[in-house]
Amino acid sequence: MSSMTEPPKQSFRLSQLIYDTRYRSMTIQVIAAILIALGFAWLLNNTIQNLEALGKDFRFGFLNNQAGYDINQRLIDYNSQSTHLRAAIVGMLNTLLVAVLGCITATILGVFAGVLRLSKNWVVSNLMAIYVEGFRNVPLLLWIILIFAVMTESMPQPRDFRGDEPVASMALGDSVAVTNRGIYIPRLGFENSLGASGAEHQAAVDAAVADGTEVPPPPSSWADWLVLAGVLGASIFAARVVTKRADVTQQATGIRPTTWYIRLGLIVIPTAIALFALGATIVQPYLKGFNFTEGVHLRNSLIALWFALSLYTGAFIAEIVRAGIMAVSKGQSEAAFALGMRPNWTMNLIILPQAMRVIIPPLISQYLNLTKNSSLAIAVGYMDVRATLGGITINQTGRELEGMLLMALFYLVLSLLISGAMNVYNASTKLEER
Amino acid sequence: MKNTVILGAMTVAGLVAGTAHADTLGDVTDRGSLNCGVTTGLVGFAAPDANGVWTGFDVGVCRAVAAAVLGDSNAVNFVPTTGQTRFTALASGEIDMLARNTTWTFSRDTDLAFEFVGVNYYDGQGFMIPSELGVSSAKELDGATVCIQTGTTTELNLADFFRTNNISYEPVPIETNAEAQQQYLAGACDVYTTDASGLAATRATFENPGDHVLLPEIISKEPLGPLVRHGDNEWGDIVRWTLNALISAEELGVTSANVGELAGAAGDNPEINRLLGTEGELGSYIGLDADWAARAIGVGGNYGELFEDNIGENTPIGLARGLNAQWTDGGLLYSPPFR
Repeated sequence: MSSMTEPPKQSFRLSQLIYDTRYRSMTIQVIAAILIALGFAWLLNNTIQNLEALGKDFRFGFLNNQAGYDINQRLIDYNSQSTHLRAAIVGMLNTLLVAVLGCITATILGVFAGVLRLSKNWVVSNLMAIYVEGFRNVPLLLWIILIFAVMTESMPQPRDFRGDEPVASMALGDSVAVTNRGIYIPRLGFENSLGASGAEHQAAVDAAVADGTEVPPPPSSWADWLVLAGVLGASIFAARVVTKRADVTQQATGIRPTTWYIRLGLIVIPTAIALFALGATIVQPYLKGFNFTEGVHLRNSLIALWFALSLYTGAFIAEIVRAGIMAVSKGQSEAAFALGMRPNWTMNLIILPQAMRVIIPPLISQYLNLTKNSSLAIAVGYMDVRATLGGITINQTGRELEGMLLMALFYLVLSLLISGAMNVYNASTKLEER
Repeated sequence: MKNTVILGAMTVAGLVAGTAHADTLGDVTDRGSLNCGVTTGLVGFAAPDANGVWTGFDVGVCRAVAAAVLGDSNAVNFVPTTGQTRFTALASGEIDMLARNTTWTFSRDTDLAFEFVGVNYYDGQGFMIPSELGVSSAKELDGATVCIQTGTTTELNLADFFRTNNISYEPVPIETNAEAQQQYLAGACDVYTTDASGLAATRATFENPGDHVLLPEIISKEPLGPLVRHGDNEWGDIVRWTLNALISAEELGVTSANVGELAGAAGDNPEINRLLGTEGELGSYIGLDADWAARAIGVGGNYGELFEDNIGENTPIGLARGLNAQWTDGGLLYSPPFR
């Protein structure tokens, strides 16, 4: 006879939601979800109420209104008649410019400093230690302001370059002018510039020749640069094909054909032809009126922001690189030396490729930091997106909420794009595990 | 049950948030001090002196309002604001009023939802340039580098001026007047442009003021005045009529020296009596007591005294009354009657 008793069939009671471990976690999660939703609802409600109390609505129509202010550094056409949207785009491009420049120089600086800090040379390694500790332990803002102040206060004014015995003179064979308003460097101009600017230039030259006045310097347009970049890209691709075929030959026959002159020719000749066809000339900056004109004007604000961001982030990247190198087992370099490799080959071919796997993930966050830190542009009046959309536009239109949301969205999208691209790169270099 | 409580709390919070700014007078009296937005430092208009005490023409308006409302001209928290932060500070309720040489414009009055209570300085935008450059007109400034405070009307006027004259310039955006001064003196910009009064005040602090000239062109109208938020008319009335009281006091000859005597007993002039509360009960109409105006005038004197003490011809800034004289003297100052 079976004495097994059926477990008592309990009906579900409400108290089980709290005292029964099977249900408790669910209860807690549901309550937490409700609280979070209520929190958001409260924030939203508060915003709506306050906007109503201030008599403001929530619209983005202001972006189509005329901006009315000028921006000194413009990568695309912009004037005070343009819309607030265009002003915001000009600012976004300026943010992108300083972020890209900063990331590149910070990486170069960081890799050098990180490798050199591991040098056996006492002076070199300690110099790098001073750089790293000095820069990463002082707030970035101070570095930005310091570089800006040095540029503004200690460099000569443009008018010091004037006169028979000028106080200051241009550097590098009269091609670079370092002033307290920034650095003017030569630029490439194209006599046969493509697009509208070419035709305009031709007309201006004809007019100048007819009047006997000074011939205007040749312009450069986006189309010219695109053509050049396209030619250079195709050449590099062709050179890589040559390298691939040399690899195949080497695999098959054991003898590597000499290809360096073919590759050099493939890269140099088409580019030179393109430059010649476009009528490329170097346009040097010269003094006219109050300022230097022509050439590329690297403003103090850009230089201060760019250098400070690079030096500051470079110090962090140096530590990341050092950590990455130290993470590679010492046996690897010993094995390389045993094979008779030179120290620089060992570093480039054995250590760094393995260290990259450790370096890249933290490097991504340094790039994100640099990009977002570029909003410190406010300190030196660099016209980034915070200064245009988040500054003057908000101030002139009174659309704080909309402007701030748009700006947050921009930084969010930019950061996600950077980390997305870097993650793709990370996936391509990471150790393939089987 | 729990949810009901939260929902209830939320509704209350929402209502509180919704009505937070409606009673500025109550807020100020409860707090016992007035939060007044001023510049980050413009000598003569608003700047801390050697002892850290804020003084100046705009500061005088803040102190007059504090005296009228709270009876204590020192019960003011001065909140330094830049051209960019001032409107957000006022709209968000961080400050109760803004007295920061701010230009009264259509869009600020309507779209930005502020209430300009009057004009305490009629100004216009000018240019300052080192005299050694030999420039005598703003139209010769083609290609010049111009220092400009961002977030101001001067920024827009500048763009318009150069565009209509078909000349180019390079703007150098800066945040505060002090920063502009440093950049200008270092020669990082050729020209500094802002309201002519601001230029005069800035030049007065230079080591060699004579080395710098103000160009003759005044390219805009800049009526500067104190402002409050839209939607609290009682508070707006208090600030408006405090300013008017200072202006009327000058017209009627009430000064800081004689205001005590005149407020003591009703005199012959009925308008002075109404202003100083010895006749009628004007103060109660704006929720204050009878001698609110007498207290306001007692702080730094009437409009004329404030002007002379802070920015007038006997100060280093040396501004003439010009447009800012009483209407009886050919100026634009014209207070509505106290009646």
